[in-house]
Amino acid sequence: MPLVNIKNIHKRFGDLEVLKGVDFSVEEGEVVCLIGRSGSGKSTLLRCINMLEQPDEGVIEVFGEDIVHTKDINSYRAKVGMCFQQFNLFNNMNVLENCVRPQVKIHKTPKDEAKNKALLYLDKVGMQDFAHASVNKISGGQKQRVAIARALCMEPKLMLFDEPTSALDPEMVQEVLNVMRELANEGLTMIVVTHEMNFARDVADRVVFMDDGVIVEEGSAKEIFSSPKNERTKAFLSAFI
Amino acid sequence: MDRFIQNILKILNTYGASLWLGVKTTIFVAITGTCLGLILGLIVGGIRAIKLDYNASKPAKIGKKIVDFLLNIYIAVFRGTPMMVQALFIYYLLLDFIHWTYLQAAIVVISVNTGAYMAEIIRSGIQAVDVGQSEAARALGMSNWQTMMNVVLPQAIKNAFPAIGNEFIVNIKDSSVLMIISITELMFQAKSIAGSTFLFTETYFIEAMIYLLLTSIAAFILNAIEKKMNNTNISLPQSVTAPENLAFARDNTERN
Ligand SMILES: Nc1ncnc2c1ncn2[C@@H]1O[C@H](COP(=O)(O)OP(=O)(O)O)[C@@H](O)[C@H]1O
Ligand SMILES: [Mg+2]
Repeated sequence: MPLVNIKNIHKRFGDLEVLKGVDFSVEEGEVVCLIGRSGSGKSTLLRCINMLEQPDEGVIEVFGEDIVHTKDINSYRAKVGMCFQQFNLFNNMNVLENCVRPQVKIHKTPKDEAKNKALLYLDKVGMQDFAHASVNKISGGQKQRVAIARALCMEPKLMLFDEPTSALDPEMVQEVLNVMRELANEGLTMIVVTHEMNFARDVADRVVFMDDGVIVEEGSAKEIFSSPKNERTKAFLSAFI
Repeated sequence: MDRFIQNILKILNTYGASLWLGVKTTIFVAITGTCLGLILGLIVGGIRAIKLDYNASKPAKIGKKIVDFLLNIYIAVFRGTPMMVQALFIYYLLLDFIHWTYLQAAIVVISVNTGAYMAEIIRSGIQAVDVGQSEAARALGMSNWQTMMNVVLPQAIKNAFPAIGNEFIVNIKDSSVLMIISITELMFQAKSIAGSTFLFTETYFIEAMIYLLLTSIAAFILNAIEKKMNNTNISLPQSVTAPENLAFARDNTERN
């Protein structure tokens, strides 16, 4: 059974239908890249997966659980990591505290243990030296790496990335993508909304192209990038070559 | 002019003790009123800012609407009527039920009055906190309450600190209207002194100077605190990894 199993979801914001019947599934250990032009509904789909948006219709099952109707949304969300375009680090905490506090509050991890784990993951993303720095004083690439470490500290079984490098200066993009590559190699299940086509080509097990609220085409990176079948996919990709 | 100064010295000499009592009462009422008002404002502002979860039950949603409505009435009434009227009304309203003293009534009135203003201040402080951060907190699995306490309120209070401090200064001055229920704050004391000496100009001049001194000291202290708060964030300059800087950052953050 797939880890994520989405059947025919619809989502409207007022009169605007943003998701128009999306079927989407992700197997355990798979890395899926979601591509498509701005406004096509990629973020909305991703946000539905941890219920930051609630679908109006359809079924979303993750880890075999119906998460649209679950009573305990918080413990579900604790199993799903999410990284945002704007990093969204907590400004009232330093780098280390950003990684420690959620563990202590949500998993009730003892403080020492949480701190050790935080340092471990900060080290993994190359930010251990900045553990005591203020989050306002580090660069965008560093912020995104801290945000990834913060999510990893919760030991998620699934990671969602919403354009993690789109707000970064070009020279900082690779440091973030390298961390994500490493996670993908370790077998973490990931869904990544991205415009980094090289990353998608190298890392994605599957590439999904969305347009106007529907999934237009999906397949291996090779299929989508080398021989797209749909006209809309071709038109979109030609803008990147 | 000589006479004016002489009279002032005379008043200070004879009535120093009662003026001092007035100062102490004013400070006491202003500080307790501001602190209790802040707590009330945090509760009221916090409740009003809470957005219920999408999966909250129907009764919870209706309950929240009712509570919000009542809190809005509280805020409108206490911001829209003079504190002097509030003091008289509340004092006499409750006198029959709880035989309270003037001072107790004064503290309650100034706290509840300040609470209404604080609620609005806290609410705008909350609104100024970037929603992405609460979204990240929810995405990590924090409850509404945990998100509020760990992420939103600490930043809201920091945002609102200048306005909160301003309420304290306002309370130093506006507690003067509480003389209407005969508490021995500075205004009340000055009025009695003026009444027995007939040195109206001199007495009220002294009173004004004392208020000015109190508000200036308060402003000075608040400014210092605000500066300190803004400094707690100092650490690394952008992307510099020099070890000295790191040690410096570490020292600073651990002290705070
Ligand atoms: N909270 C919201 N309220 C109203 N409209 C929204 C909201 N979120 C997204 N939209 C609209 O939904 C459409 C799809 O948005 P989004 O899922 O963010 O697309 P993408 O991530 O592919 O750029 C856009 O037209 C956007 O303006
Ligand atoms: Mg988007």
